[in-house]
Amino acid sequence: MSIEVRNVTKKFGDFIAVNDVSLHVPNGELVALLGPSGSGKTSLLRIIAGLEQAEAGQVLFEGEDATARHVRHRSVGFVFQHYALFRHMSVFENVAFGLRVRPRASRPDEKEIRRRVMDLLKLVQLDWLGNRLPSELSGGQRQRVALARALAVEPRVLLLDEPFGSLDAKVRQELRRWLRRLHDEIRLTSVFVTHDQEEALEVADRVVVMNHGRVEQVGTPQEVFDHPATPFVMGFLGNVNIFGGRVEGGRAILGPLHLDYPEHPHAESLPAAGYTRPHELEVDRAEGGGGGFWAALRYANTAGAVVKLELATGDDRLVHVETTREQYELLRPTTGERLYVRPRQVRIFVEPGKGLPPPSERVVPPK
Amino acid sequence: MATIVGVQNRLTAGPRNLTEPFAVRVVLTLVALAYLLVFLVVPLGAVFAEALQKGWAAYVNAVREPMALSALWLTLLTAAIAVPLNLVFGVAAAWAIAKFEFPGKNALITLIDLPFAVSPVISGMVFILLFGRQGYLGPWLQAHDLKVVFAVPGLVLATIFVTFPFVARELIPVMQAGGTEEEEAARVLGAGGWTTFYRVTLPSVKWGLLFGVILCNARALGEFGAVSVVSGHIRGKTNTLPLHVEILYNEYNFQAAFAVASLLTFVAILTLVAKSVVEWRSSRRTDVLSEPRA
Amino acid sequence: MRVPWKRPRVLPGFGLTLGYTLFYLSVIVLIPLSTLFLKSATLGMSGFWAAVTAPRVLASYKLTLGASLAGAVINAFFGLIVAWVLVRYRFPGHRLVDALVDLPFALPTAVAGIVLTTLYAETGWLGRPLAQAGIKVAFTPLGVAVALTFIGLPFVVRTLQPVIDSLEPEFEEAAASLGASRLQIFRRVILPAILPAWITGFALAFARALGEYGSVVFIAGNMPMRTEISALLIITKLEQYDYAGATAIAVVMLVASFVLLLAINRFQSWSIRLTSD
Repeated sequence: MSIEVRNVTKKFGDFIAVNDVSLHVPNGELVALLGPSGSGKTSLLRIIAGLEQAEAGQVLFEGEDATARHVRHRSVGFVFQHYALFRHMSVFENVAFGLRVRPRASRPDEKEIRRRVMDLLKLVQLDWLGNRLPSELSGGQRQRVALARALAVEPRVLLLDEPFGSLDAKVRQELRRWLRRLHDEIRLTSVFVTHDQEEALEVADRVVVMNHGRVEQVGTPQEVFDHPATPFVMGFLGNVNIFGGRVEGGRAILGPLHLDYPEHPHAESLPAAGYTRPHELEVDRAEGGGGGFWAALRYANTAGAVVKLELATGDDRLVHVETTREQYELLRPTTGERLYVRPRQVRIFVEPGKGLPPPSERVVPPK
Repeated sequence: MATIVGVQNRLTAGPRNLTEPFAVRVVLTLVALAYLLVFLVVPLGAVFAEALQKGWAAYVNAVREPMALSALWLTLLTAAIAVPLNLVFGVAAAWAIAKFEFPGKNALITLIDLPFAVSPVISGMVFILLFGRQGYLGPWLQAHDLKVVFAVPGLVLATIFVTFPFVARELIPVMQAGGTEEEEAARVLGAGGWTTFYRVTLPSVKWGLLFGVILCNARALGEFGAVSVVSGHIRGKTNTLPLHVEILYNEYNFQAAFAVASLLTFVAILTLVAKSVVEWRSSRRTDVLSEPRA
Repeated sequence: MRVPWKRPRVLPGFGLTLGYTLFYLSVIVLIPLSTLFLKSATLGMSGFWAAVTAPRVLASYKLTLGASLAGAVINAFFGLIVAWVLVRYRFPGHRLVDALVDLPFALPTAVAGIVLTTLYAETGWLGRPLAQAGIKVAFTPLGVAVALTFIGLPFVVRTLQPVIDSLEPEFEEAAASLGASRLQIFRRVILPAILPAWITGFALAFARALGEYGSVVFIAGNMPMRTEISALLIITKLEQYDYAGATAIAVVMLVASFVLLLAINRFQSWSIRLTSD
């Protein structure tokens, strides 16, 4: 079942949690709502579920307006961050709950309930825990039970609110991949909320990046990471080095970076900033083709899969570079040594609202 | 029981968007209000209605009647002795229980709860058994011409027995919640025992303390059963205000009985008001403390 | 962790406060109470048994137990409604009503006694319409039940309020998303969660009612074998200088109250263990 959100606005007193948001989730997709706290992602999810009422806008399921429908009639499965498993019921009874509260007419008989619950528990690989109480399970197990419970009523949409937020890092990773595999198997339209960009990029078919109640960008994980539409998206999805400055007369003068910028040939100077990721910077002893700047090595962290270097320019600006082990071994820089830093590519964002072209990428030619 | 470590002061509880249908809410509210009306409001109003049934002058006369006044005096005296003693006990017991670990602590806590399990009649009776003429210490008291039961000391003892848990029970959870770190820090900084108590512990538990004192006082002023057994009902000598109410009522002097009762009812209303104020002030303080700094 | 007595303690005053506490308790509580058991022991086993099973005494047990139970049941039912309304709904005068619930705690029992009697007598505001409907309240066991309902009213409400207030919304939201109606949510999710507190409140109201004297003794009528509560019987025996007989009944009442309170304490700690994660 596809979901469409049209011009939804939600306020809490004076605070605008969701600001005129429109979104379309095609049938069968796994979409992530990604953003920092306060970005409105959880409010939006709860509005789709029917747990909150929006001040304005509509929610449509498969084209039908469901805005006025009560949550129990929306056929949504909801998974909470803290599981919300019913403490006094066994795992089995928790999963069976949705089937047991069906009106007499559509309620399956006991045998059928049993069959369905056990099938679901097998699906989440917990069929051997049916008689336990939630308090006897680990966090990861509880969340899987919560998922089974939500799926038991055969929802047409699955909504998850920071489903792995309460779990340890390792369990979180396992469950994340497990959720992706599960989705591939059952192909149920799913929307999940997270503030963890790694999670969103790893699991989702498409990512909706939100900030301050608005949608900043919608795209595949590849798209939002490689081609961020706004500085916020770029900064939120990974580490960045930011070089502030201006563009004028066909050149971008961004701190120590001086690049060609033919998009703005006018003499009028506009504020701009260049964003590059640590792995998009190279370091060497020689200047090579130019287009970079000199900096002194402050600190090298060699523990880990990549080597993280911290360098300081002449005006004490810090630059973070990530390089491979091999490159580092070849170079063997010493602390304090002056090195040449060159960006392979820079994303330049110019102050909006001046009728100028959208952010462009300058690819600095290799040496 | 009614401790102030209780209900949060949020605007509404429960899920924001899910509640019973309007009709159900109205019915439930009306049922609740009707129940409280019949059992609480009507009796409350009736006290004053009955007290004033013969007019304002009769009311004032009943209240100013010498026996009533001496009963009032005796009641106040009893409370004035019992409450401070129980206050000291409550603080001592709470300190020992909240700040230390020792074997038998649970038994001690249960022991403090004892008066709640004992009928007031029994509470009074044990003092008769001990100090009455035929009691264990009776002959000794008679020999020294001391009277405990059927005299003021008996009233005080019975009142102390019935009301001593209140301060302790309110103070113990509050002190426990405060932990021991602040006091330990004060000690490390060189503070003496009493100083630590006055300047560190006391300010943080003052609302619990006040609350306990209010409840203790209310009960001390209004105690009937225990005092009735111990007092001998000697008018002008061992009659507290509640006992005086009983005597007037049994003499069919209803209007006077209710007039005197209305005094006690005023105190009860004041107690409820004080309780609300303390609850409001203490929860406001904890709200301020738990708000994160911007 | 058992802490040995001799270990030096950081915080001062342990010896002083514990010593004073034990001294106070002994003088005020332990010694007086022990006289109770001592005195009743003078009857010997058979004398004790005869004293506590005399017909008049048995009748008083029946009345006390029955009326206390009735009062506690009424309070359980209506107390739940009041607690729910006070926590979940808002209406004008809400704060006032909430404060009023404590009235039976604050009001002296004698005042409660005389006002309830006046109200429910056949000439009273509430007694008259009831009498016309053929129901007599004052001077009957029903009157005793009414007084005990008044006395126990705050217990159920006050034990339930914090528990209802701390129910997390997610459980109700989860149940609603799974298709449950409001009534189903109440029956299957909310009720089991508040059941321990409900039972505790009921038991506390019951325990309080068992020993109640002041608010009952006026409205009961105190007719032996019919409307005489056990507490009154104790006083009657005291006035007749039958100290031993009085203490025998008192011991029975005490034991019953202790057992009840012990059960309540055990139940409370059991349910806390059950519902903690």
